[in-house]
Amino acid sequence: MRSDRSQSAPLGLKIAAACGLLFLHLPLLLIFVYAFTTEEKSYQWPPPGFTTQWFAVTWSRPDVWQALSLSVQVAAISTAVALVLGTLCAAAVSQTRFFGRETISLLVILPIALPGIITGIALRSAFNLAEIPFSFWTIVLGHATFCVVVVYNNAVARFRRTSGSLIEASMDLGADGFQTFRHVILPNIGTALLAGGMLAFALSFDEVIVTTFTAGQQQTLPIWMLEELVRPRQRPVTNVVAMVVVLVTLLPILAAYYLTRDGDQIAGAGK
Amino acid sequence: MTDAVLSARPVPAILPRRGGFFGNLSDILWRNPKLLLFLMLAPPVLWLGVVYLGSLFALLLQSFFSIDEFSGLINRDFTLKTYGELLLPSNMDIIIRTVAMAAIVTLASAVIAFPIAYYAARYARGKWKVLFYLGIMLPLWSSYLVKIYAWKLILAKEGILTWLLGKLHLNWLLDAWLSLPVVGGNSLSVSFTGTFIVFVYVWLPFMILPIQAALERVPANLVEASSDLGASPGQTFRNVLFPLALPGIVAGSIFTFSLTLGDYIIPQIIGTSRLFIGQAVYAHQGTAGNIPLAAAFTVVPIVVMGFYLWGAKRMGAFDAL
Repeated sequence: MRSDRSQSAPLGLKIAAACGLLFLHLPLLLIFVYAFTTEEKSYQWPPPGFTTQWFAVTWSRPDVWQALSLSVQVAAISTAVALVLGTLCAAAVSQTRFFGRETISLLVILPIALPGIITGIALRSAFNLAEIPFSFWTIVLGHATFCVVVVYNNAVARFRRTSGSLIEASMDLGADGFQTFRHVILPNIGTALLAGGMLAFALSFDEVIVTTFTAGQQQTLPIWMLEELVRPRQRPVTNVVAMVVVLVTLLPILAAYYLTRDGDQIAGAGK
Repeated sequence: MTDAVLSARPVPAILPRRGGFFGNLSDILWRNPKLLLFLMLAPPVLWLGVVYLGSLFALLLQSFFSIDEFSGLINRDFTLKTYGELLLPSNMDIIIRTVAMAAIVTLASAVIAFPIAYYAARYARGKWKVLFYLGIMLPLWSSYLVKIYAWKLILAKEGILTWLLGKLHLNWLLDAWLSLPVVGGNSLSVSFTGTFIVFVYVWLPFMILPIQAALERVPANLVEASSDLGASPGQTFRNVLFPLALPGIVAGSIFTFSLTLGDYIIPQIIGTSRLFIGQAVYAHQGTAGNIPLAAAFTVVPIVVMGFYLWGAKRMGAFDAL
Protein backbone atom coordinates (compact mmCIF):
# COMPACT_ATOMS: atom_id res chain seq x y z
CA MET A 1 0.00 0.00 0.00
CA ARG A 2 2.99 2.30 0.27
CA SER A 3 2.86 4.68 -2.62
CA ASP A 4 5.98 6.64 -1.83
CA ARG A 5 8.50 3.84 -2.16
CA SER A 6 10.45 5.29 -5.03
CA GLN A 7 10.04 8.92 -4.13
CA SER A 8 12.99 10.96 -3.03
CA ALA A 9 12.88 14.31 -1.32
CA PRO A 10 12.97 17.57 -3.26
CA LEU A 11 16.47 19.06 -3.38
CA GLY A 12 15.46 22.16 -1.43
CA LEU A 13 14.11 20.08 1.44
CA LYS A 14 17.27 17.95 1.51
CA ILE A 15 19.47 21.03 1.70
CA ALA A 16 17.33 22.68 4.38
CA ALA A 17 17.29 19.51 6.51
CA ALA A 18 21.03 19.00 6.09
CA CYS A 19 21.78 22.61 7.00
CA GLY A 20 19.55 22.30 10.07
CA LEU A 21 21.38 19.19 11.26
CA LEU A 22 24.76 20.83 10.61
CA PHE A 23 23.61 23.85 12.61
CA LEU A 24 22.83 21.47 15.49
CA HIS A 25 26.12 19.58 15.38
CA LEU A 26 28.94 21.83 14.18
CA PRO A 27 29.09 23.92 17.38
CA LEU A 28 29.54 20.76 19.45
CA LEU A 29 32.30 19.50 17.16
CA LEU A 30 34.08 22.83 17.56
CA ILE A 31 34.45 22.07 21.28
CA PHE A 32 36.64 19.09 20.37
CA VAL A 33 39.02 21.25 18.36
CA TYR A 34 39.34 23.87 21.06
CA ALA A 35 40.29 21.27 23.66
CA PHE A 36 43.61 20.85 21.84
CA THR A 37 44.45 24.48 21.13
CA THR A 38 47.68 26.05 22.38
CA GLU A 39 46.02 29.46 22.75
CA GLU A 40 45.46 30.44 26.39
CA LYS A 41 44.22 34.01 26.45
CA SER A 42 41.50 34.18 23.80
CA TYR A 43 39.13 32.12 21.67
CA GLN A 44 41.30 32.59 18.59
CA TRP A 45 40.40 30.74 15.39
CA PRO A 46 42.11 29.01 13.66
CA PRO A 47 44.05 27.66 16.66
CA PRO A 48 47.72 28.67 16.46
CA GLY A 49 48.82 25.13 17.35
CA PHE A 50 47.71 21.86 18.87
CA THR A 51 48.75 20.26 22.13
CA THR A 52 47.52 17.65 24.58
CA GLN A 53 49.10 19.31 27.62
CA TRP A 54 45.77 20.73 28.88
CA PHE A 55 44.47 17.23 29.54
CA ALA A 56 47.30 16.68 32.02
CA VAL A 57 46.73 20.13 33.55
CA THR A 58 43.01 19.45 33.95
CA TRP A 59 43.68 16.00 35.39
CA SER A 60 45.74 17.50 38.22
CA ARG A 61 43.18 20.16 39.16
CA PRO A 62 41.57 19.41 42.53
CA ASP A 63 38.70 21.89 42.04
CA VAL A 64 37.57 20.12 38.86
CA TRP A 65 37.69 16.75 40.62
CA GLN A 66 35.74 18.06 43.61
CA ALA A 67 33.06 19.56 41.36
CA LEU A 68 32.85 16.36 39.35
CA SER A 69 32.55 14.17 42.42
CA LEU A 70 29.82 16.38 43.93
CA SER A 71 27.91 16.29 40.64
CA VAL A 72 28.11 12.51 40.44
CA GLN A 73 26.97 12.09 44.06
CA VAL A 74 24.05 14.49 43.65
CA ALA A 75 23.02 12.88 40.36
CA ALA A 76 23.24 9.36 41.83
CA ILE A 77 21.10 10.11 44.88
CA SER A 78 18.58 12.22 42.94
CA THR A 79 18.24 9.45 40.37
CA ALA A 80 17.66 6.88 43.11
CA VAL A 81 14.92 9.02 44.70
CA ALA A 82 13.40 9.76 41.28
CA LEU A 83 13.38 6.05 40.38
CA VAL A 84 11.39 5.14 43.48
CA LEU A 85 8.95 8.06 43.28
CA GLY A 86 8.56 7.93 39.50
CA THR A 87 7.89 4.19 39.39
CA LEU A 88 5.36 4.33 42.24
CA CYS A 89 3.54 7.17 40.56
CA ALA A 90 3.60 5.53 37.12
CA ALA A 91 2.29 2.25 38.56
CA ALA A 92 -0.55 3.99 40.35
CA VAL A 93 -1.53 6.12 37.35
CA SER A 94 -1.36 3.39 34.72
CA GLN A 95 -2.69 0.39 36.65
CA THR A 96 -5.65 1.93 38.37
CA ARG A 97 -8.39 4.43 37.74
CA PHE A 98 -9.00 6.94 40.47
CA PHE A 99 -10.29 10.42 40.98
CA GLY A 100 -7.65 13.05 40.29
CA ARG A 101 -5.50 10.91 38.03
CA GLU A 102 -5.02 13.73 35.53
CA THR A 103 -4.04 16.07 38.34
CA ILE A 104 -1.33 13.68 39.46
CA SER A 105 0.24 13.49 36.00
CA LEU A 106 0.08 17.28 35.75
CA LEU A 107 1.74 17.56 39.17
CA VAL A 108 4.61 15.33 38.02
CA ILE A 109 5.17 17.30 34.81
CA LEU A 110 4.86 20.74 36.40
CA PRO A 111 8.46 21.05 37.72
CA ILE A 112 9.76 20.66 34.17
CA ALA A 113 6.98 22.55 32.40
CA LEU A 114 7.46 25.73 34.39
CA PRO A 115 10.72 27.58 33.72
CA GLY A 116 13.56 26.32 35.90
CA ILE A 117 14.04 29.71 37.47
CA ILE A 118 10.59 29.47 39.08
CA THR A 119 11.35 26.08 40.59
CA GLY A 120 14.68 27.41 41.76
CA ILE A 121 13.51 30.60 43.40
CA ALA A 122 10.47 28.87 44.92
CA LEU A 123 12.69 26.27 46.59
CA ARG A 124 15.22 28.89 47.68
CA SER A 125 12.65 31.12 49.31
CA ALA A 126 11.05 28.07 50.95
CA PHE A 127 14.42 27.03 52.40
CA ASN A 128 14.88 30.57 53.65
CA LEU A 129 11.44 30.65 55.24
CA ALA A 130 11.95 27.25 56.87
CA GLU A 131 15.50 28.28 57.85
CA ILE A 132 17.03 25.21 56.26
CA PRO A 133 20.74 25.84 55.59
CA PHE A 134 21.94 25.19 52.06
CA SER A 135 23.78 21.92 51.77
CA PHE A 136 24.31 18.85 49.67
CA TRP A 137 20.77 17.75 50.53
CA THR A 138 19.09 20.95 49.35
CA ILE A 139 20.68 20.37 45.92
CA VAL A 140 19.43 16.78 45.90
CA LEU A 141 15.94 17.92 46.90
CA GLY A 142 15.75 20.25 43.91
CA HIS A 143 17.19 17.77 41.43
CA ALA A 144 15.02 14.84 42.51
CA THR A 145 11.91 16.99 42.07
CA PHE A 146 12.45 17.50 38.35
CA CYS A 147 14.05 14.09 37.72
CA VAL A 148 10.83 12.27 38.72
CA VAL A 149 9.16 13.23 35.46
CA VAL A 150 11.78 11.53 33.26
CA VAL A 151 11.48 8.21 35.11
CA TYR A 152 7.70 8.60 35.21
CA ASN A 153 7.42 9.16 31.44
CA ASN A 154 9.50 6.10 30.63
CA ALA A 155 7.77 3.89 33.18
CA VAL A 156 4.24 4.95 32.19
CA ALA A 157 4.95 4.20 28.52
CA ARG A 158 6.19 0.73 29.44
CA PHE A 159 3.35 0.00 31.87
CA ARG A 160 0.88 0.78 29.09
CA ARG A 161 2.43 -1.91 26.92
CA THR A 162 2.63 -4.44 29.75
CA SER A 163 -0.53 -6.46 29.82
CA GLY A 164 -2.41 -6.49 33.11
CA SER A 165 -3.33 -10.14 32.57
CA LEU A 166 0.33 -11.07 33.17
CA ILE A 167 -0.01 -9.81 36.71
CA GLU A 168 -3.32 -11.63 37.19
CA ALA A 169 -1.80 -14.82 35.80
CA SER A 170 1.06 -14.56 38.27
CA MET A 171 -1.39 -14.10 41.14
CA ASP A 172 -3.52 -17.03 39.89
CA LEU A 173 -0.45 -19.22 39.90
CA GLY A 174 0.01 -18.49 43.57
CA ALA A 175 2.57 -15.70 43.70
CA ASP A 176 1.95 -13.02 46.29
CA GLY A 177 2.24 -9.32 45.52
CA PHE A 178 5.94 -9.10 46.26
CA GLN A 179 6.80 -12.18 44.21
CA THR A 180 4.74 -10.80 41.33
CA PHE A 181 6.63 -7.53 41.55
CA ARG A 182 10.00 -9.24 41.72
CA HIS A 183 9.47 -11.88 39.02
CA VAL A 184 6.87 -10.41 36.67
CA ILE A 185 6.65 -6.63 36.89
CA LEU A 186 10.30 -5.79 37.42
CA PRO A 187 11.66 -7.80 34.44
CA ASN A 188 9.01 -6.15 32.26
CA ILE A 189 9.73 -2.56 33.21
CA GLY A 190 13.44 -3.05 33.97
CA THR A 191 14.91 -1.61 30.77
CA ALA A 192 12.48 1.31 30.82
CA LEU A 193 13.58 2.11 34.38
CA LEU A 194 17.23 1.82 33.40
CA ALA A 195 16.67 4.19 30.48
CA GLY A 196 14.68 6.61 32.63
CA GLY A 197 17.32 6.43 35.33
CA MET A 198 20.10 7.21 32.90
CA LEU A 199 18.24 10.17 31.46
CA ALA A 200 17.47 11.40 34.98
CA PHE A 201 21.17 11.08 35.78
CA ALA A 202 22.09 13.06 32.66
CA LEU A 203 19.49 15.69 33.48
CA SER A 204 20.72 16.11 37.06
CA PHE A 205 24.38 16.01 36.03
CA ASP A 206 23.79 18.89 33.64
CA GLU A 207 21.35 21.01 35.67
CA VAL A 208 22.46 24.52 36.45
CA ILE A 209 19.47 26.87 36.76
CA VAL A 210 17.81 25.26 39.78
CA THR A 211 21.21 24.42 41.28
CA THR A 212 22.35 28.04 41.40
CA PHE A 213 19.41 28.66 43.73
CA THR A 214 19.61 25.57 45.92
CA ALA A 215 23.39 25.27 46.37
CA GLY A 216 25.25 27.13 49.05
CA GLN A 217 29.00 27.27 48.69
CA GLN A 218 29.33 23.89 46.96
CA GLN A 219 30.22 23.77 43.30
CA THR A 220 28.74 21.13 41.05
CA LEU A 221 30.42 20.75 37.68
CA PRO A 222 27.84 22.93 35.85
CA ILE A 223 28.26 25.65 38.49
CA TRP A 224 32.01 25.45 38.00
CA MET A 225 31.49 25.84 34.24
CA LEU A 226 29.10 28.73 34.75
CA GLU A 227 31.74 30.56 36.81
CA GLU A 228 34.20 30.05 33.99
CA LEU A 229 31.70 31.28 31.42
CA VAL A 230 30.91 34.45 33.34
CA ARG A 231 34.51 35.17 34.36
CA PRO A 232 36.89 33.19 32.14
CA ARG A 233 40.05 32.48 34.07
CA GLN A 234 41.42 29.20 32.76
CA ARG A 235 40.14 28.88 29.22
CA PRO A 236 42.17 25.78 28.27
CA VAL A 237 40.94 23.85 31.33
CA THR A 238 37.35 24.86 30.53
CA ASN A 239 37.80 23.65 26.95
CA VAL A 240 38.92 20.24 28.16
CA VAL A 241 36.14 19.97 30.75
CA ALA A 242 33.56 20.94 28.09
CA MET A 243 34.80 18.22 25.80
CA VAL A 244 34.73 15.59 28.53
CA VAL A 245 31.19 16.62 29.49
CA VAL A 246 30.02 16.19 25.89
CA LEU A 247 31.53 12.71 25.76
CA VAL A 248 30.16 11.70 29.16
CA THR A 249 26.58 12.83 28.40
CA LEU A 250 26.70 11.06 25.05
CA LEU A 251 27.00 7.60 26.58
CA PRO A 252 23.80 7.50 28.70
CA ILE A 253 21.79 8.90 25.77
CA LEU A 254 23.01 6.26 23.37
CA ALA A 255 22.45 3.57 26.00
CA ALA A 256 18.95 4.83 26.78
CA TYR A 257 18.17 4.81 23.06
CA TYR A 258 19.23 1.19 22.65
CA LEU A 259 17.26 0.14 25.73
CA THR A 260 13.97 1.66 24.57
CA ARG A 261 14.22 1.53 20.78
CA ASP A 262 11.79 -1.37 20.47
CA GLY A 263 9.22 0.74 22.28
CA ASP A 264 6.97 3.31 20.73
CA GLN A 265 7.82 6.15 23.07
CA ILE A 266 10.50 8.72 22.62
CA ALA A 267 12.58 8.37 25.71
CA GLY A 268 13.70 11.95 26.02
CA ALA A 269 10.70 13.75 24.68
CA GLY A 270 9.62 14.79 28.13
CA LYS A 271 12.69 16.83 28.96
CA MET B 1 -4.75 -36.92 27.87
CA THR B 2 -5.50 -34.01 30.12
CA ASP B 3 -7.44 -36.32 32.41
CA ALA B 4 -4.45 -38.53 32.86
CA VAL B 5 -2.14 -35.66 33.69
CA LEU B 6 -4.56 -34.11 36.08
CA SER B 7 -5.31 -37.30 37.93
CA ALA B 8 -1.65 -38.23 38.17
CA ARG B 9 -0.74 -35.10 40.13
CA PRO B 10 -3.57 -33.83 42.27
CA VAL B 11 -3.14 -30.17 43.00
CA PRO B 12 -5.07 -28.51 45.81
CA ALA B 13 -7.53 -26.00 44.44
CA ILE B 14 -6.50 -23.40 46.98
CA LEU B 15 -2.82 -22.96 47.63
CA PRO B 16 -1.69 -22.87 51.22
CA ARG B 17 -1.15 -19.40 52.60
CA ARG B 18 2.40 -18.33 52.47
CA GLY B 19 2.28 -16.76 55.88
CA GLY B 20 5.00 -14.68 57.42
CA PHE B 21 5.08 -10.89 57.53
CA PHE B 22 5.40 -10.35 53.78
CA GLY B 23 2.77 -12.93 52.97
CA ASN B 24 0.29 -11.30 55.30
CA LEU B 25 1.14 -7.84 54.06
CA SER B 26 0.64 -8.99 50.49
CA ASP B 27 -2.75 -10.46 51.40
CA ILE B 28 -3.85 -7.27 53.11
CA LEU B 29 -2.83 -5.19 50.11
CA TRP B 30 -4.62 -7.54 47.74
CA ARG B 31 -7.83 -7.29 49.74
CA ASN B 32 -7.60 -3.49 50.00
CA PRO B 33 -6.65 -2.12 46.60
CA LYS B 34 -7.36 1.37 47.91
CA LEU B 35 -4.72 0.93 50.60
CA LEU B 36 -2.24 -0.23 47.99
CA LEU B 37 -3.07 2.77 45.82
CA PHE B 38 -2.66 5.07 48.79
CA LEU B 39 0.72 3.55 49.67
CA MET B 40 1.89 3.89 46.07
CA LEU B 41 0.74 7.46 45.68
CA ALA B 42 1.67 8.81 49.08
CA PRO B 43 5.45 9.18 48.59
CA PRO B 44 5.41 10.95 45.19
CA VAL B 45 2.43 13.11 46.06
CA LEU B 46 3.92 14.06 49.41
CA TRP B 47 7.23 14.94 47.79
CA LEU B 48 5.83 16.92 44.87
CA GLY B 49 2.82 18.28 46.72
CA VAL B 50 4.60 19.40 49.86
CA VAL B 51 8.11 20.21 48.69
CA TYR B 52 7.31 21.57 45.26
CA LEU B 53 3.79 22.97 45.37
CA GLY B 54 4.37 24.15 48.93
CA SER B 55 7.34 26.26 47.93
CA LEU B 56 5.55 27.48 44.83
CA PHE B 57 2.64 28.73 46.92
CA ALA B 58 5.00 30.26 49.46
CA LEU B 59 6.64 32.14 46.59
CA LEU B 60 3.32 33.36 45.19
CA LEU B 61 2.29 34.45 48.67
CA GLN B 62 5.44 36.54 48.99
CA SER B 63 4.62 38.41 45.80
CA PHE B 64 1.80 40.03 47.79
CA PHE B 65 4.24 41.31 50.39
CA SER B 66 6.20 44.48 49.86
CA ILE B 67 9.64 45.72 50.74
CA ASP B 68 10.26 48.69 52.97
CA GLU B 69 12.32 51.06 50.86
CA PHE B 70 14.27 52.53 53.78
CA SER B 71 15.05 49.54 55.96
CA GLY B 72 15.09 46.96 53.16
CA LEU B 73 13.00 44.66 55.36
CA ILE B 74 10.08 42.70 54.03
CA ASN B 75 6.72 44.01 55.14
CA ARG B 76 4.34 41.07 55.55
CA ASP B 77 1.07 42.83 54.88
CA PHE B 78 -1.13 41.93 51.98
CA THR B 79 -0.64 44.49 49.23
CA LEU B 80 -0.68 44.80 45.46
CA LYS B 81 2.06 47.44 45.58
CA THR B 82 4.72 45.03 44.30
CA TYR B 83 2.62 44.18 41.28
CA GLY B 84 2.25 47.91 40.68
CA GLU B 85 6.04 48.14 40.50
CA LEU B 86 5.97 45.71 37.59
CA LEU B 87 4.19 48.41 35.61
CA LEU B 88 7.05 50.88 36.00
CA PRO B 89 8.52 51.67 32.56
CA SER B 90 11.86 50.06 33.37
CA ASN B 91 10.20 46.80 34.44
CA MET B 92 7.69 46.83 31.58
CA ASP B 93 10.67 47.15 29.23
CA ILE B 94 12.11 43.94 30.65
CA ILE B 95 8.82 42.09 30.26
CA ILE B 96 8.19 43.29 26.69
CA ARG B 97 11.79 42.56 25.69
CA THR B 98 11.57 39.01 27.04
CA VAL B 99 8.18 38.20 25.51
CA ALA B 100 9.27 39.65 22.14
CA MET B 101 12.47 37.61 22.22
CA ALA B 102 10.49 34.47 23.10
CA ALA B 103 8.11 35.09 20.21
CA ILE B 104 10.89 35.65 17.64
CA VAL B 105 12.88 32.67 18.90
CA THR B 106 9.75 30.50 18.62
CA LEU B 107 9.08 31.63 15.04
CA ALA B 108 12.66 31.09 13.93
CA SER B 109 12.83 27.66 15.59
CA ALA B 110 9.65 26.60 13.80
CA VAL B 111 11.05 27.70 10.43
CA ILE B 112 14.36 25.88 10.93
CA ALA B 113 12.77 22.83 12.55
CA PHE B 114 10.13 22.16 9.89
CA PRO B 115 12.38 20.86 7.07
CA ILE B 116 14.30 18.62 9.48
CA ALA B 117 11.11 17.23 10.98
CA TYR B 118 9.47 16.79 7.58
CA TYR B 119 12.44 14.98 6.13
CA ALA B 120 12.76 12.75 9.19
CA ALA B 121 9.04 11.95 9.19
CA ARG B 122 8.46 11.40 5.49
CA TYR B 123 11.66 10.46 3.69
CA ALA B 124 14.09 9.05 6.23
CA ARG B 125 13.94 5.26 6.39
CA GLY B 126 15.92 2.57 8.16
CA LYS B 127 19.44 3.70 8.94
CA TRP B 128 18.68 7.32 8.10
CA LYS B 129 15.73 7.31 10.49
CA VAL B 130 18.01 6.26 13.36
CA LEU B 131 20.58 8.82 12.28
CA PHE B 132 18.00 11.60 12.30
CA TYR B 133 16.61 10.47 15.64
CA LEU B 134 20.02 10.44 17.30
CA GLY B 135 20.98 13.59 15.40
CA ILE B 136 18.16 15.39 17.20
CA MET B 137 18.47 13.62 20.55
CA LEU B 138 22.20 14.15 21.04
CA PRO B 139 22.10 17.96 20.82
CA LEU B 140 18.91 17.93 22.91
CA TRP B 141 20.59 16.10 25.76
CA SER B 142 24.08 17.57 25.46
CA SER B 143 25.10 19.83 28.28
CA TYR B 144 23.28 23.15 28.20
CA LEU B 145 26.32 25.08 29.37
CA VAL B 146 28.62 23.40 26.88
CA LYS B 147 26.26 24.43 24.09
CA ILE B 148 26.37 28.04 25.27
CA TYR B 149 30.13 27.79 25.61
CA ALA B 150 30.42 26.56 22.02
CA TRP B 151 28.60 29.68 20.85
CA LYS B 152 30.80 31.88 22.98
CA LEU B 153 33.70 30.41 21.02
CA ILE B 154 31.94 30.90 17.68
CA LEU B 155 30.67 34.43 18.25
CA ALA B 156 33.83 35.81 19.88
CA LYS B 157 35.48 38.65 17.98
CA GLU B 158 38.55 36.52 17.30
CA GLY B 159 36.39 33.42 16.72
CA ILE B 160 35.50 31.21 13.80
CA LEU B 161 32.58 33.25 12.48
CA THR B 162 34.61 36.43 11.99
CA TRP B 163 37.36 34.34 10.42
CA LEU B 164 34.92 32.64 8.05
CA LEU B 165 33.32 35.93 6.98
CA GLY B 166 36.80 37.37 6.47
CA LYS B 167 37.70 34.50 4.15
CA LEU B 168 34.49 35.11 2.20
CA HIS B 169 35.17 38.89 2.16
CA LEU B 170 31.85 39.47 3.86
CA ASN B 171 33.09 41.37 6.92
CA TRP B 172 31.30 44.50 5.72
CA LEU B 173 28.00 42.60 6.10
CA LEU B 174 28.72 41.78 9.74
CA ASP B 175 29.82 45.35 10.45
CA ALA B 176 26.71 46.74 8.79
CA TRP B 177 24.51 44.39 10.84
CA LEU B 178 26.29 45.26 14.09
CA SER B 179 25.83 48.98 13.47
CA LEU B 180 22.03 48.57 13.40
CA PRO B 181 20.36 50.14 16.45
CA VAL B 182 18.60 47.32 18.42
CA VAL B 183 20.08 44.08 17.13
CA GLY B 184 23.66 45.33 16.83
CA GLY B 185 26.44 45.92 19.34
CA ASN B 186 30.20 45.84 19.73
CA SER B 187 30.43 42.23 18.61
CA LEU B 188 27.95 39.42 18.08
CA SER B 189 28.62 37.98 21.51
CA VAL B 190 27.36 41.17 23.19
CA SER B 191 24.33 41.80 20.98
CA PHE B 192 20.70 40.70 20.92
CA THR B 193 21.47 38.92 17.66
CA GLY B 194 23.89 36.68 19.55
CA THR B 195 21.34 36.04 22.30
CA PHE B 196 18.75 35.19 19.66
CA ILE B 197 21.03 32.73 17.81
CA VAL B 198 21.93 30.90 21.01
CA PHE B 199 18.30 30.68 22.14
CA VAL B 200 17.29 29.21 18.77
CA TYR B 201 20.18 26.77 18.87
CA VAL B 202 19.55 25.54 22.39
CA TRP B 203 15.76 25.08 22.06
CA LEU B 204 15.61 23.87 18.44
CA PRO B 205 15.40 20.11 19.24
CA PHE B 206 12.37 20.80 21.47
CA MET B 207 10.62 22.16 18.38
CA ILE B 208 11.69 19.39 15.99
CA LEU B 209 10.37 16.45 18.03
CA PRO B 210 6.68 17.46 18.29
CA ILE B 211 6.54 18.66 14.66
CA GLN B 212 8.01 15.35 13.58
CA ALA B 213 5.45 13.48 15.71
CA ALA B 214 2.62 15.46 14.09
CA LEU B 215 3.95 14.97 10.54
CA GLU B 216 4.39 11.22 10.99
CA ARG B 217 0.65 10.97 11.34
CA VAL B 218 0.06 12.63 7.96
CA PRO B 219 -0.44 9.87 5.35
CA ALA B 220 1.82 10.33 2.32
CA ASN B 221 -1.03 9.80 -0.12
CA LEU B 222 -2.75 12.90 1.26
CA VAL B 223 0.09 15.00 -0.14
CA GLU B 224 -0.06 13.06 -3.42
CA ALA B 225 -3.80 13.49 -3.67
CA SER B 226 -3.31 17.20 -3.27
CA SER B 227 -0.82 17.38 -6.14
CA ASP B 228 -2.94 15.03 -8.26
CA LEU B 229 -5.75 17.51 -7.87
CA GLY B 230 -3.53 20.15 -9.33
CA ALA B 231 -2.11 21.95 -6.32
CA SER B 232 1.39 23.37 -6.60
CA PRO B 233 3.88 22.33 -3.88
CA GLY B 234 3.35 25.71 -2.25
CA GLN B 235 -0.42 25.25 -2.19
CA THR B 236 -0.06 21.73 -0.83
CA PHE B 237 2.11 23.06 1.95
CA ARG B 238 -0.27 25.90 2.81
CA ASN B 239 -3.52 23.96 2.60
CA VAL B 240 -2.61 20.40 3.57
CA LEU B 241 0.73 20.00 5.36
CA PHE B 242 0.83 23.15 7.43
CA PRO B 243 -2.65 22.84 8.98
CA LEU B 244 -1.93 19.22 9.89
CA ALA B 245 1.48 20.09 11.36
CA LEU B 246 0.14 23.08 13.28
CA PRO B 247 -0.68 21.21 16.52
CA GLY B 248 2.91 19.93 16.53
CA ILE B 249 4.28 23.42 15.95
CA VAL B 250 2.15 24.79 18.78
CA ALA B 251 3.28 21.96 21.06
CA GLY B 252 6.91 22.71 20.25
CA SER B 253 6.36 26.41 20.73
CA ILE B 254 5.20 25.72 24.29
CA PHE B 255 8.74 24.56 25.05
CA THR B 256 10.61 27.25 23.14
CA PHE B 257 8.38 30.00 24.51
CA SER B 258 8.42 28.86 28.12
CA LEU B 259 12.14 28.09 28.17
CA THR B 260 13.04 31.47 26.67
CA LEU B 261 10.79 33.29 29.13
CA GLY B 262 12.52 31.76 32.13
CA ASP B 263 16.12 31.60 31.02
CA TYR B 264 18.62 33.89 32.69
CA ILE B 265 21.93 32.26 31.81
CA ILE B 266 22.02 32.72 28.04
CA PRO B 267 21.38 36.50 28.05
CA GLN B 268 23.86 36.85 30.90
CA ILE B 269 26.68 35.15 29.00
CA ILE B 270 25.87 36.15 25.43
CA GLY B 271 24.00 39.41 25.24
CA THR B 272 23.80 43.04 26.19
CA SER B 273 23.57 44.49 29.69
CA ARG B 274 19.83 45.01 29.25
CA LEU B 275 17.96 42.52 31.41
CA PHE B 276 15.52 39.72 30.67
CA ILE B 277 12.84 38.50 33.12
CA GLY B 278 15.04 35.69 34.41
CA GLN B 279 17.95 38.03 35.08
CA ALA B 280 15.63 40.50 36.82
CA VAL B 281 14.34 37.71 39.09
CA TYR B 282 17.86 36.60 39.84
CA ALA B 283 19.07 40.12 40.58
CA HIS B 284 16.12 41.00 42.82
CA GLN B 285 16.26 37.85 44.92
CA GLY B 286 20.04 37.90 45.21
CA THR B 287 21.96 41.07 45.93
CA ALA B 288 18.90 43.31 46.23
CA GLY B 289 17.10 40.94 48.59
CA ASN B 290 13.78 42.09 47.17
CA ILE B 291 12.02 38.72 47.23
CA PRO B 292 8.51 40.19 46.76
CA LEU B 293 9.44 41.89 43.47
CA ALA B 294 11.33 38.79 42.31
CA ALA B 295 8.25 36.70 43.12
CA ALA B 296 6.01 39.12 41.26
CA PHE B 297 8.32 38.86 38.25
CA THR B 298 8.04 35.06 38.25
CA VAL B 299 4.26 35.41 38.08
CA VAL B 300 4.64 37.00 34.62
CA PRO B 301 5.90 33.85 32.86
CA ILE B 302 3.37 31.75 34.79
CA VAL B 303 0.49 33.94 33.61
CA VAL B 304 1.83 34.21 30.04
CA MET B 305 2.30 30.44 29.89
CA GLY B 306 -1.14 29.89 31.43
CA PHE B 307 -2.79 31.79 28.57
CA TYR B 308 -0.48 30.13 26.08
CA LEU B 309 -1.32 26.62 27.32
CA TRP B 310 -5.02 27.44 27.33
CA GLY B 311 -4.82 28.54 23.70
CA ALA B 312 -2.65 25.56 22.78
CA LYS B 313 -5.11 23.14 24.35
CA ARG B 314 -7.91 24.62 22.26
CA MET B 315 -5.83 24.00 19.14
CA GLY B 316 -5.31 20.37 20.07
CA ALA B 317 -1.58 20.75 20.67
CA PHE B 318 -1.50 18.27 23.54
CA ASP B 319 -2.38 15.38 21.26
CA ALA B 320 0.86 16.03 19.41
CA LEU B 321 3.07 15.77 22.49
